[in-house]
Amino acid sequence: MTQRSTQRRRPASPAPSLPRASRQRGTDTRAGYAFLLPWLVGFIALTVGPMISSLYLSFTNYNLFEPPQWIGLDNYVSLLQDERFRQSVGVTLSYVIFGTPLKLAAALGVAMLLNSKRRGQGFYRSAFYAPSLIGASVSIAIVWKAMFGDSGPVDQGLSFFGINIGGWVGNPSMTMPMMILLTVWQFGAPMVIFLAGLKQIPGELYEAASMDGAGPVRKFFNITWPMLSPVIFFNLLMETIHAFQIFASAYIISNGEGGPAGSTLFYTLYLYLRGFSDFRMGYASAMAWLLVVVVGIITLIFFRTSKSWVHYSGDSK
Amino acid sequence: MTTTVTPPQARPDMPSQEYNPQAESVLAKRIKSTIFHVVTLVLVAIVLYPALWMVASSFKPNSEIGGTNTSLWSSNFSMDNFVTAMDGIGGVSTMTFFTNSLILAVGAVVGTIVSASISAYAFARIKFPGRGLFFGMMIATLLLPFHVVIIPQYIIFQQLGLVDTYIPLLIGKFLAADAFFVFLMVQFMRNLPAELDEAARIDGAGHVRIFRSIMLPLMKPALISTSIFSFIWSWNDFLGPLLYLNTPDKYPLPLALRLFVDQTQSSDYGAMIAMSVLALLPVLIFFLVFQRYIVEGVSTQGLKG
Repeated sequence: MTQRSTQRRRPASPAPSLPRASRQRGTDTRAGYAFLLPWLVGFIALTVGPMISSLYLSFTNYNLFEPPQWIGLDNYVSLLQDERFRQSVGVTLSYVIFGTPLKLAAALGVAMLLNSKRRGQGFYRSAFYAPSLIGASVSIAIVWKAMFGDSGPVDQGLSFFGINIGGWVGNPSMTMPMMILLTVWQFGAPMVIFLAGLKQIPGELYEAASMDGAGPVRKFFNITWPMLSPVIFFNLLMETIHAFQIFASAYIISNGEGGPAGSTLFYTLYLYLRGFSDFRMGYASAMAWLLVVVVGIITLIFFRTSKSWVHYSGDSK
Repeated sequence: MTTTVTPPQARPDMPSQEYNPQAESVLAKRIKSTIFHVVTLVLVAIVLYPALWMVASSFKPNSEIGGTNTSLWSSNFSMDNFVTAMDGIGGVSTMTFFTNSLILAVGAVVGTIVSASISAYAFARIKFPGRGLFFGMMIATLLLPFHVVIIPQYIIFQQLGLVDTYIPLLIGKFLAADAFFVFLMVQFMRNLPAELDEAARIDGAGHVRIFRSIMLPLMKPALISTSIFSFIWSWNDFLGPLLYLNTPDKYPLPLALRLFVDQTQSSDYGAMIAMSVLALLPVLIFFLVFQRYIVEGVSTQGLKG
């Protein structure tokens, strides 16, 4: 109520403006919710409602055909004892921990290479970006499987250099490197974002550093890294959250089974199998909520630690 | 002028070419530039190799794909694989899968454009109590692993008898469930000058008029990037159709591809890869036509906020 006067820009005639301002505010509130309606309905019906109901289901035994049966924490307890669950956690964590930093390193490296005024930049940028657009598709998963298969082109190419791995697809210890290569291959999207960030760094900083005798390594750690840190943070957060949710490629490459020997049993794939092939919906809901909690904690840790290494320029916002 | 051009080897301790660009000789510049292009082109070749291999293999006979060569060239190029691939699978022609994918993608684009732009207008241009709270929640859904909602959503649609229809796949698009696009449009609209609405208001325009006649025309770049990305994401979507569609004649291409893989079991690699190429063709065409928009969109809109 006390905010009334701030609504109007011109305080020239306050007395007659007050009813008009409050009428305008009433209209704005109604209009605001009217325009928000599509999102609001979706948010309640497709996000909040289902989240609450999956939290409830995670404490039940539910197979879609009989009414849910309350079993308390049983699902969570059996998760801890489930060998396949532990395997899926391991697979997903190693994918996130190795894949994401490698992908971002490739993205940053190529972005720095491309950050100059030379001809052909547009072409290079587009060419590097292309895999990001198609990489998560079923088509590429099929191609990846064919390329890394027994005596596929990757195998052939490596044996030319005297490296004989054999097929990657059927070898449980080589499937993870293969999946990581697939995600690293899609470094183009974060690269484009890095490139936009690099272009914002004033060239004078580098010139001044050169005058003081700084080499490329010092320039990278003292100028590029801190100046780019908000972008690095953004990419790291988004790519990490994204990596937890890989599904289609793992499903196609392993024929929907997570094999060989569970080496591609990603978390979401196991969740899918539990929910939609065993119809253990309560169990799968418990898995889903655990994922939300873990991703939430990781996001929180990222934001907490970001204060020490992410530098925002003073005049932002 | 001439005195400043000292050859670099005369003062090895000074990083002269770094802070004095004039000192760098034309030759050194050209060598640097050549090295840059060679290195970058090698990287481009490595990155594009899988895509080129896919296209080349789709024209090769089966015997040449898995077996002996890594080369992209073959003297036996033919369209045979595509003829097999177009026959489809399980008695359904590939054209049907194409049509299904197209219906879903166009539906996704229309739904997303309409619902996301309307909701974004509320977030960006109208002041009302609760806006900040809802905006925060919208951002939170950007980070939320969507797997937490798929099981209850499936139960709801199953009880409504909507499994094996396109409604579960499209309804979210019409309810702005892809928060990314709402966010993108909010950011875009916030950068449009506030004087526009104020002037329109003084002229007596309401929110509907302002939205339709002022915001929408100015938002064209954001609408175009949203259309491109929602089309491609819908086109490539696998999990949604996998959950909800059961009958093959309703399948979009990614699901048809999986069926194809299951049934042929790597006996007909050529046709499988030809079908993969067909499934990606619209995405590749989109990319070639709109690459400026796509890459610009990622670099500017992926960042703001």
